[in-house]
Parts: sequence; structure tokens; C-alpha cells
Amino acid sequence: MTTVAPADTVANAAATPDQPQPYRELGLKDDEYARIREILGRRPTDAELAMYSVMWSEHCSYKSSKVHLRYFGETTTEEMRARMLAGIGENAGVVDIGDGWAVTFKVESHNHPSYVEPYQGAATGIGGIVRDILAMGARPIAVADPLRFGPADAPDTRRVLPGVVAGIGGYGNSLGLPNIGGEVVFDRCYAGNPLVNALCVGAMRKEDLHLAHASGVGNKIILFGARTGLDGIGGVSVLASETFSDEGGPGRKKLPSVQVGDPFTEKVLIECCMELYRAGLVVGIQDLGGAGLSCATSELASAGDGGMHINLDAVPLRAAGMTPAEILSSESQERMCAVVRPEHVDEFLAVCRKWDTLATVIGEVTDGDRLVITWHGEVVVDVPPRTVAHDGPVYERPIARSAAQDELVANAPDDLPRPADLRAEILRMAASPNLCSRAWVTDQYDRYVRGNTAAAQPADAGVVRVDEETGRGIAVSTDCNARFVALDPYAGAQLALAEAYRNVATSGAVPVAVTDCLNFGSPEDPHVMWQFQQAVHGLADGCAQLGIPVTGGNVSFYNQTGATAILPTPVVGVLGVLDDVATRIPIGFRRSGDTVILLGETRAELGGSEWAHVAHGHLGGRPPAVDLAAEQRLARLLAGAKALFTGSHDLSDGGLAQALVESCLIGGTGASVTLPGDDAFIALFSESAARVLVTVASEQAEAALAAAAEAGVPARVLGTTGGTALVIDGVGELPLDELRTAWESTLPALFG
Amino acid sequence: MTRVGVITFPGTLDDGDAARAVRRAGGEPVALWHADSDLQGVAAVIVPGGFSYGDYLRAGAIASMAPIMQSVIDAARVGMPVLGICNGFQILCEAGLLPGALLRNAGLHFVCRDQRLRIETTATPWTRDFSVGDEIVVPVKNIDGRYHADAATLQRLEAENRVVFRYAGGNPNGSLNDIAGVCSEDGRVVGLMPHPEHAIDELTGPSTDGLGLFRSLLGVLAAA
Repeated sequence: MTTVAPADTVANAAATPDQPQPYRELGLKDDEYARIREILGRRPTDAELAMYSVMWSEHCSYKSSKVHLRYFGETTTEEMRARMLAGIGENAGVVDIGDGWAVTFKVESHNHPSYVEPYQGAATGIGGIVRDILAMGARPIAVADPLRFGPADAPDTRRVLPGVVAGIGGYGNSLGLPNIGGEVVFDRCYAGNPLVNALCVGAMRKEDLHLAHASGVGNKIILFGARTGLDGIGGVSVLASETFSDEGGPGRKKLPSVQVGDPFTEKVLIECCMELYRAGLVVGIQDLGGAGLSCATSELASAGDGGMHINLDAVPLRAAGMTPAEILSSESQERMCAVVRPEHVDEFLAVCRKWDTLATVIGEVTDGDRLVITWHGEVVVDVPPRTVAHDGPVYERPIARSAAQDELVANAPDDLPRPADLRAEILRMAASPNLCSRAWVTDQYDRYVRGNTAAAQPADAGVVRVDEETGRGIAVSTDCNARFVALDPYAGAQLALAEAYRNVATSGAVPVAVTDCLNFGSPEDPHVMWQFQQAVHGLADGCAQLGIPVTGGNVSFYNQTGATAILPTPVVGVLGVLDDVATRIPIGFRRSGDTVILLGETRAELGGSEWAHVAHGHLGGRPPAVDLAAEQRLARLLAGAKALFTGSHDLSDGGLAQALVESCLIGGTGASVTLPGDDAFIALFSESAARVLVTVASEQAEAALAAAAEAGVPARVLGTTGGTALVIDGVGELPLDELRTAWESTLPALFG
Repeated sequence: MTRVGVITFPGTLDDGDAARAVRRAGGEPVALWHADSDLQGVAAVIVPGGFSYGDYLRAGAIASMAPIMQSVIDAARVGMPVLGICNGFQILCEAGLLPGALLRNAGLHFVCRDQRLRIETTATPWTRDFSVGDEIVVPVKNIDGRYHADAATLQRLEAENRVVFRYAGGNPNGSLNDIAGVCSEDGRVVGLMPHPEHAIDELTGPSTDGLGLFRSLLGVLAAA
């Protein structure tokens, strides 16, 4: 039999002010609970408590980061805003890319679920970010995944990594979205806390931009997509256990707090939304992600011009006997909420029927200023929606730079023993987990679907055509070297920005916008907050200098194992524009006889480098110097003279050695080069920023050098492409077969 | 212009790509909807890739029962050319238009890579412009791509020259006899796991080899 719980109504709450409530178990502090009582003038109902507790959580309210994130707004100039059609605060930022096209993109974290249940955690991470993009009115056109795991040979990495990769593939491939990039990084600090970030890009005509707001009294609220179930409810189950003496009726069995994804439902939801947008049937739209209906209704209502009434009895459920609190907190996947004019409701429902998508009118926009939710004919929620969605607590967490930071910086890599045999060191580095081929991972992702992918991994940036007629398209890259951020959070965040910016520029695109996923340890640790504050300032100041705005992003705190925080990992995604993707610069040495040129300046910079990590497990000193003006000159040269370049590759982890190895292997052609400077070891393994390896037809070498000189970019001819080996003067000859075996064998040997 | 139908089921992913390939080859793609039974007078049909109905139950099993498929089966019985790509191949096997079945890849992973294929017969409307022994490079991308049939069926397919495409330079999924694609007894219905519609432009694919299938078809239909 089905148990029907007695509702904790507003009337009941008013009549029983002293009834104890499990607010602490729901993560609310005493003063936060007191504040809710003050807002409402009474104790909250169970349903209201569920809504406030989840919306005021760190994940939804940004309560520890808000005061710092404001700095992004303060440093964004009018000029930077010029291209921005929507920014921070919307589901995702939107940028004008010309010819009437707008592109929206965002990166988000799904770290903790992916550790608990790697496949579903990663899969629903893709599902969530795709719905964010969909909610802007855009068609999702590509995804990319920055991933970080514990040591490659750790037993638990063998559990987590294959599951995460299969989850991303299983969900993303089924949606028909090409996976065009991302990262795979191994470090001890992620052993108990992998980072699974997901980026999605969407495209639309500028006039199709949709924002999440519920306007127009009498407009209907339609919930569509999957049914609402008991999955992903998490902490709110403490409320359920109060109401039920046992596990209740059918369908009420305890479910895991990690949600289970159904990519087929989401694919159909995408096509359904596209048709609804085309037909002009949507006034406002919001995806259901974290905090489910609590979030969607309170955000839609507070962004609109009226109140809202929701009838929970209308919500199609997967399980019998769900309480109002559970319905409101459920994080069941593949759901969207739309605001629709009454005269369009029939047509809206007809489109949903065509796609076999369940759609239900669950409420309407009212002329009040309250969000009122009823259940079984009684009022269970009656709140000012802004107090749920936006007026959450704001914390000024203590900030302190730990004394250990000085020791870290003092521990410079200058005296680390250098290798006697540079040729062997190049091979060892190429085979190391962070530098070896990612094909084992990326071959599990579809990069071809939709037929618009002009570059994907292992290219520095993924390139996707947006307009088939003109070839207009975008390039996107995500990067972060967390070791650099640990050594100097301000400079390290700028280096992450610089690398993503450079990767986009390396494809010949003009960088235009930034998204970020700020993965850090506990905000209650003053040193972590110091890292966070420094990184935000570094990133914002860097964006201001480069003249490209941060359009949105995500903060993920509490990434730590026990008391040990991860290395601070602000993943930065940069989006660039290409007027015609056919003009992109491909990666690698593709032809014989081309001249190889190194752009940029190499200094002795090994702090936080991959070499120090692989050869000595060393982390200390200072990260490479940041020179954003040099990055800008480099980007202008690459975009301006892209017709000259037959290939390009960014220099980053592993330095010039790795860039040469990858250029040879990816392009399938060897090269003979002479190293710059008088220190071969530094030339090979230093990780100085603002450097790119390019090739030009030999007869164009003079023109390329002249263009570089004019752009103010140091350039030096290293040699010529050709042959079946990488030959480095004074170091030795590395046959491509031998290099390929080293580069390609590592991950298959570890993961099967 | 020759009209070629491209079916969309819920969960179909490569319908846009198949339509683009038809257009690029000089034909007119016509969108066909799974719930209709009207083939709209098309001269041939492509069943494109994807995960129709989420591949629930078995890849292609539910789609094979869709109203449009009954019309495709009827038309194929009287000689209409049909091409099933990836999930489309699975659907044609489930619908009984092609022999055999596609099982989970030997490595149990989704595999996306540029794949060499050898053309084994030109006696189909989809391969007429090739020569036997030609090698082409097209993407393969699937998780259920391992071709399987009983020994007698395999023997018959080989004897009747009905293996159309064979993997070259490495079998990506453990398919029996390296089979990448087969055809019906009359050669009019062809199914393959790799994706010729993703190899029509050097910008977005590994080659333009895939265009050969669509050009072959349009040539055959023009000559008819």
C-alpha cells in the first residue's frame, strides 16, 4: 500500500512554532535557520526548509565565494562587455560571434558524484551542463572534459578513470555531441577527490536568446522531460525519515544520492526544445539541475515580474508517496521548466507529444510577489522567491597565507640533478602519464557527429563550424596547471588563462571570452581562501588585461581528502572565433620540407614543471613568468598571419621537447632541429609561457620571420620537417616508431 | 534531382550528416519521420546512425518495429536501395533485411577512430563506383559494432560475395571475418558500421572517400 505522509502546511507551521526541525542535518547553521524564521515570520515548513537548505548550500548560493566573485564584475569594462549578450548569473554566458550568431558556453564541476559513482557522476555532469546551454535557447554543439585523477598507477584510479570516461562517452555520445577537447591530468592530490569538469558550447541566432524569467500574469509553468523521482535527494532524506517510520510504500526504497542519467530522454528533450524555440512557444525557460524544482521555481519567479503558484500534485512522479520536500529537492535528470502563454499551451504540449516527451502544466505566474506551492489542496510553501534564490547568506571567510607557502617558494628547482642522457629523458617524458597520448580516453568519445568538427583532440583547441554557409565557427580550450597555481595562485591562475588563450590562438582563432571552473579545497581553511582570492584576482586582472570577459562559470569547494586539500585548480576555458574554420591552423608536422620556427622566448623556468614532477617528484620555487602582453602579441600574429602557417602547436607541459615529439607524431612527419640557446636541457624542458611552435613553407620562412618581427614576437628558425625521425642536434636521433611506442603505450598498459 | 530519404527516429544522431552527404553528392535529401509510413516517393532510403530509442532492449530492436520501417521493408523487397549506417545497420539486421547481428565490441569500449576499409564487391548500388580491393578511410564510432553470424550464414555470405566492406589495418571490435558491412541477396540493401557520411570533406573528416557511396547510388539511379 502507498503511504501518504501528512503535510507540514504553512498553517501547521504557524500553529506549531516550537516544533524542532532537523536544520543542522540539512547543513544549515543556527544563524541561517534563525534568518529563515525571520524572513517568514514563523518557522519554515518541511518543504520550505528543504528549499532554503539546498538553495543556501555552498553549491547553490556561492556563500563563501560571492564576495570574491564580485571582483569579476568590478574588473569587466564596458569595452569587454560589448560582445556579451548575457553574463554571470544566467545559466551560461552568451557572446556575439558575428553574422547574427551568438555562442554560449560554460564549464561546471561534477567532482564529488564522480568519485562516489564514476560512470553516473560523469554522465550526469554532461547532462547538466548540456541543459544549462539548452536553457539559453541554444543548440548544444560540442562538449569537452577537463579531468583530473590520482596517480595513474593507483588502484583507485583504475576504478575511477575508466568509469568516468565511459560515463562521459556513454552520455555525450548518445546525445550526438562531438567531444572536442579537455584534459587528463594525474596527480597524487586528486587521489581521493578526482575533478570531473564538463564544458558545453551552444550556438543560436542572436534573436533566439532565451533567459530564465517568469513574466506575464496568467502565463503557465510547464514541467517537461523525465518524471520526478527519489534519486539525487541527498540530505533532504532526513526530513523523509522523520515522516516515515520505515521505508514506506512501493518505490520508496532508499536510492543512491548520485542521480542516474538517461541520455536518450535528454537527446529527445534537446530536439523538443529546438522545435519549441523555433515555433516561438517559450517565454522563459530554466533547466532543472542542482536543487531541482526548488531552484527552478524560485529562480524563475525571482527573475520575473510577478509571483508564482505551483501545484505539486500535478508533478509526474516516479515513486509513490513522495513528500513535498522530496518533490521539490529531487535532482532527477532530464527535466526542464518553461513559462508559456496560455494561448500557446496546447501547441506546446503537441510538440512535446511529437517527441514523446512528458509535459505537464504545474502552475502559473501570479500577480503577487510570493512563490506559493500547494500540495493536496494545502499551502506547503509561501515565500518571497528572492529570499530563496538570491538572498542566501554571504560569508567573509578568514583568509590567511600559510607559512608553508614560503617554504614552498623557497624550495626552488635550480639544484635538481639534471639528466645525463637527454635523448632518454625525452622518451621518458613522452611516456609519462601527464604527457603521453590521451587516445585511450578520447577514442571513447565521438568527435565526428554533426559533421562540423574542424579540430579535436589532440589539437590544442577544438574547432567547430557554426555556420555551414560561411564557415564561421569557434575554437575552445580548457587548461590549468595546478602546480603553478599552488606555487603562486595569482600568477598560476593567469598562467591557466594564458595557456587556454594561447591554445585558442594557436588554431588561428581570435579569443573573445572566458569561462572558469574554480576547484578548491575547503573554504573554511584560511589558506584555501587565500588561494581562492588570489586566483580570482589573478584571473580577473588577467582577463581585463587581455580584454576578454569572464561570462560565467562555477565554483567547487571542499575538494579534499581528509584535511588535505587538492592543489588549487582553477580550470579556465577560453572561446575564440574564426571567420572561416577552413582557415584554422592544424596541429603537427604534416609536410616535409617546411621550416620549423619557435615563437617566443625561452628562459630557465622549471618551477612546477612536468620535468621536475616526473624526474624528481618536486614541486617548489616560482612558476614561469606571466607576460600577457607577449601572449597578446603572439595571438595577433597567429590570427593575422594564419595563412602563412602550415601547422602550429602550443608549448606548455613538458616544454619544447614534448611539443616537438607531439608535432612529429600527430603530423606523421619527422624533423631535424637545432635547439635555441646554449643550454640544451633548459631549451628542451623549461616551461616558459608565451611560446608556440609553427611551421611554414620554406619559401615563406622570411615572410613569417618578418611578420613575427613586426608583431614584436621573438622568432627563431629551429630546422626543417621531414624524414621518419626527430633529429635534435647535439642530443640524438629519435625514430618516430620508437617515440610512438613510448607515447602511445602508457595508458593502454595501465587501463587495458 | 534524385530524392533520397533519411529517417529520423527518436535518438537518431547522424541524420543531418547523412542528409549533407546526399546533398554533397548531388541528390536531394528528404526527411522521413519514424512515426509516418509514407516514404514520400523517395528513390532510396538511408537509415542513419545514432542510438534510436536509446538502444534500449537491443541496439536497433525497437526502431525496427517503427511504422516507417514497415514501409522500408516493403520497398526493399521490391528492390529499393537501402543503406544502414551504424545504428542503421543494426536496425536493418533487427528488421530481417540483413543477416547477422552486431554485438558489444570485443574491448567493451566505445571506439572512435579513422578506419581503413577494403571494398569487397561493387555489385551493390552503393559501391558501384569503387573497384574491388580499393581501400577507403572513414570514421568508425560505436560500442556495439562486432559483426556476428552463425557459421553457415558466414559461409554463405562469403560464397555469395555479400561481404561489402572489410576492416583493413586492424579489426576495431572483433567482428567475425573482419566484416564491416554486408548486403542483402539482391545486393540492394547494404549495412555497415563505419560512417561514410562523416568522410565527405577534408575539413571535417579523415578523407572524402565516403562520398563514393552516395555518388554510386545517384549514378545507379540516374542510369535506371
